[in-house]
Amino acid sequence: MTFDFSDNSQELDRRSFLKCSAWAGTGVLWALVGGIPKAFALDATGSVSDSAALDSNFHFVQISDSHIGFNKEANPEPLKTLQEAIGKINAFPKKPSLILHTGDITHLSKASEFDTAAQVLGTLPAPVHYVPGEHDTLDEGGGKLYLERYGKGTKGNGWYSFDNHGVHFIALINVFNFQPGKPATLGADQLKWLADDLSAVSTSTPVVVFAHMPLWSIYDPWGWSTGDADQAISMLRKYGSVTILNGHIHQVIQKVEGNITFHTARGTAYPQPAPGAAPSPGPMKVPADQLRSYLGITDVVTVQGNHPLALVNSTL
Amino acid sequence: MKRYLGAFTIGLMLIGTSAWADEQKIEIKEYNFIPASLTIPVGTKVTWVNRDEIPHTIDDSNKLFRSPALDTDESYSYTFTTPGTYQYGCRLHSHMAGNIIVTEK
Repeated sequence: MTFDFSDNSQELDRRSFLKCSAWAGTGVLWALVGGIPKAFALDATGSVSDSAALDSNFHFVQISDSHIGFNKEANPEPLKTLQEAIGKINAFPKKPSLILHTGDITHLSKASEFDTAAQVLGTLPAPVHYVPGEHDTLDEGGGKLYLERYGKGTKGNGWYSFDNHGVHFIALINVFNFQPGKPATLGADQLKWLADDLSAVSTSTPVVVFAHMPLWSIYDPWGWSTGDADQAISMLRKYGSVTILNGHIHQVIQKVEGNITFHTARGTAYPQPAPGAAPSPGPMKVPADQLRSYLGITDVVTVQGNHPLALVNSTL
Repeated sequence: MKRYLGAFTIGLMLIGTSAWADEQKIEIKEYNFIPASLTIPVGTKVTWVNRDEIPHTIDDSNKLFRSPALDTDESYSYTFTTPGTYQYGCRLHSHMAGNIIVTEK
């Protein structure tokens, strides 16, 4: 069963909910609570697990699309909204174990933008694991500044994996080697590395993959996809719990396909239109008092063992 | 009278064309190259100006020319010295495409 929804949809009322596919013997219940989509674990009898139990376990946060250096009308102060997002994370009752930043740290890949971003992101309460966005590879060296800063100990153009609390995290890079007229790609070298990396990971291990550009086809006319992502996804299908986290489109869109949940996060800088809702995907101007309802972060909660992850999106 | 006016208009257009012949401008708006297709005589300098709030690049599909990222109102120029058809795009936004047809003088 496949289901797509965006929390921007006007059609979903607050009390509507959707039951999605089985997930390693359990299931996921997607519900809109106060307008925020939440995923709750279901046990074998189809009952909702105690969400408080989820809260007592490991959780991590996804933050995305800071665009430090952007200064146009859609948000003249992306540094301020990033600081607000960080303030929200610092105010969590339980400190996250780690933070994932899914790219577009900067707007124009300037050294000064990277410096400013690093200074502010340094106030987060946990280690941050990065992937670059295409805005982070605009320097003369085509990503050299990003890799000098964040590429230590990584392979190729910055891909890597690590384990934390029994979850296997994989950082994939799809913002190098752009060819005009062709979608973003992971490339043969990275796909080969991914196959090698997964060969040591058991199928009962929860896997979290994070990359900047969506690893599923959201809207091809705007290039919101990755050309060879299907090859990576096919390697992940045998795993019991796979969560794929992307940025790039500055809005929440989710899809559940078998054991794989695809999720894009809001950015902290400026909103972008829903797929096809505007002539182009350029920054969307909203009234200043509404801007923060379009920006936000994603909290990802897991429980120990072979259980689904719960994704909780919240706005600033 | 009408015929004279017509001839006069064509004359003006010719003058206009010759005055512009060695330099042409392409604007980038809403993730489009405007005009997306341009025919120019050899030796013409083409300047692309980005009018979007998002950076774009100018990348020839045969890597003959390749601009840095252009922020809002920044421009990039290239002078075409060999006749032929040139396909180009923006490496950040794969759906953007344009072409330049360079003719003999």
